[in-house]
Amino acid sequence: MSDVGDASELLLVRSAGNRRRAGRVLTYRTAAVTSLLFPPTGIPALLHSLRASSLVRKQELEQARLAGQRARDWAWISVGVGLSVYTVAFLVWLVQANSGGVRKAFFSSKLLWSGDTWHSLLKGFWINVQVFAYAETIVLVWALLVAVVRLLPGRACAPVRWLATAYVDVFRGIPSLLVILLIGLGLPQARVPIVRDFSDIQMCVLALSLTYGAYVSEVYRAGIESVHWSQAAAARSLGLSYFQTLRHVVVPQALRRIGPPVLNDFIGLQKDTALISVIGVLDVLNRARFANNAAGSLTAYSMAALLFLAVTIPFTRYLDYILRRQKRLLAGQ
Amino acid sequence: MAFLEIDEVHKHYGQTQVLNGIELEVELHQVVALIGASGSGKSTLLRCINALETIDQGVIRLDGDRVSGPGIDVDSLRCDVGIVFQSFNLFPHMTVVENITLAPRKVLGIGRRDADDKAMRLLQRIGLDTKAKEYPDRLSGGQQQRVAIVRALAMEPRLMLLDEITSALDPALVGEVLTIVRELAVEGMTIMMATHEMSFAKEVADKVCFLHAGVIYEEGTPEEIFSNPRRELTQTFLQRIIEAGRL
Repeated sequence: MSDVGDASELLLVRSAGNRRRAGRVLTYRTAAVTSLLFPPTGIPALLHSLRASSLVRKQELEQARLAGQRARDWAWISVGVGLSVYTVAFLVWLVQANSGGVRKAFFSSKLLWSGDTWHSLLKGFWINVQVFAYAETIVLVWALLVAVVRLLPGRACAPVRWLATAYVDVFRGIPSLLVILLIGLGLPQARVPIVRDFSDIQMCVLALSLTYGAYVSEVYRAGIESVHWSQAAAARSLGLSYFQTLRHVVVPQALRRIGPPVLNDFIGLQKDTALISVIGVLDVLNRARFANNAAGSLTAYSMAALLFLAVTIPFTRYLDYILRRQKRLLAGQ
Repeated sequence: MAFLEIDEVHKHYGQTQVLNGIELEVELHQVVALIGASGSGKSTLLRCINALETIDQGVIRLDGDRVSGPGIDVDSLRCDVGIVFQSFNLFPHMTVVENITLAPRKVLGIGRRDADDKAMRLLQRIGLDTKAKEYPDRLSGGQQQRVAIVRALAMEPRLMLLDEITSALDPALVGEVLTIVRELAVEGMTIMMATHEMSFAKEVADKVCFLHAGVIYEEGTPEEIFSNPRRELTQTFLQRIIEAGRL
């Protein structure tokens, strides 16, 4: 008997301290007081909290819990609204600081409202758009090819596998800026056949395709490897060859999974087209530089930034949309 | 000479000996059930027969032709030998009818219309023609497995390998899958099946093989194995099955 008693005491041991009870009322006083840092929502938070306390004293616990819940809601609204309002206010103050110095440097109206400047920048930006449009198209195909070669099975394919791996390692390891310089200036100087007749823009497309092809091929590879081996086994067991299995079963499933990460890399590529200015292409960055030099301001850079945002923001929104949809689809399964 | 001859087949993964000299003959139109504990080599044996796994020693012959070892044409072997897996393995990005017609079209070169017609006839037979345009994730497990069987049948194999095809199913869905296998057996398909459904094996199999540690420990007719097992481990195994209420 005594043994059993000891055991149950061990299992149901209780601390003597000030224990919380399941039914206690929370008044969120600390949160409410803290949220006074942003009075418009802090004051209602505090009022609800005080009311909760007085209701507790009157033993109206249901009403007290409701008031406590309201105090908590208002305190959270303080965090959300208060932080945002103060952040925006800080930015507005920053722009007006130095008696408008920031505004003059970044948003001088002389350039901002000049149609000629916008026209020139747009002409330059068109080059950036062409470069990333061509590069992205090439990368889509080229990266898949590299990924498939890296995954070829068997000892016979070891040399090509090794070559593909070396390519990926090298081009992932060199900054895009250096690749653009080496290819854009080096190849024409060395008069390498075929490539020497490329225009500057074609050189840039080549350089960025090589760099981003290495990145994206790794994404493809991860996507292909993420398709469960049993899918390939099922396809092979039906008599499909290795390449038929890749073509009809593995790659289509991989592509559905890698859409978002590839688009993510493409946003990086779009921004990196600004680097092509180093080999003297009249892209948006060089044109902005000229405009700035003439006007003694940095505003044209801000304008170039806006042009990039006009492309990348819709792109990222679209990416978010796809990710959300994919999550929903996965959740539905 | 038997239709399928498995002669002294050995296979190991690293240090583990999975198949340890399997000897088995399967006649045309025969249904052979492989029973035994998990890890006894049932699935590996089936996967070796259609060359999803290579074997280390021994020979497998199908209709007199050697179908194991170097230099064999695995793709044409797999056209002759269909396999259905425990986990269905339908292609999730294709509709039911696309799943079924992929191999006939790409491997046998059958036109889309002919392949579709044939797939629809097969689906009608199993009562799933209304699901032809659905994706696999809209189907129940039992329906998916029935489609997987039809997908293998569309290649008109001469031998069907069934690898624990009801093990991943709700108990309520097992029946509809077994019905198809029963029909196949009645129509004269040569079948080798690894299974835990003892009563089903008892009912449809012509021969039952009890595998243990990579060898066929005891084989015989269903009556011999289930009612009157001669060797000790077979008796223990069946005793456990009976205690679990599975026979």
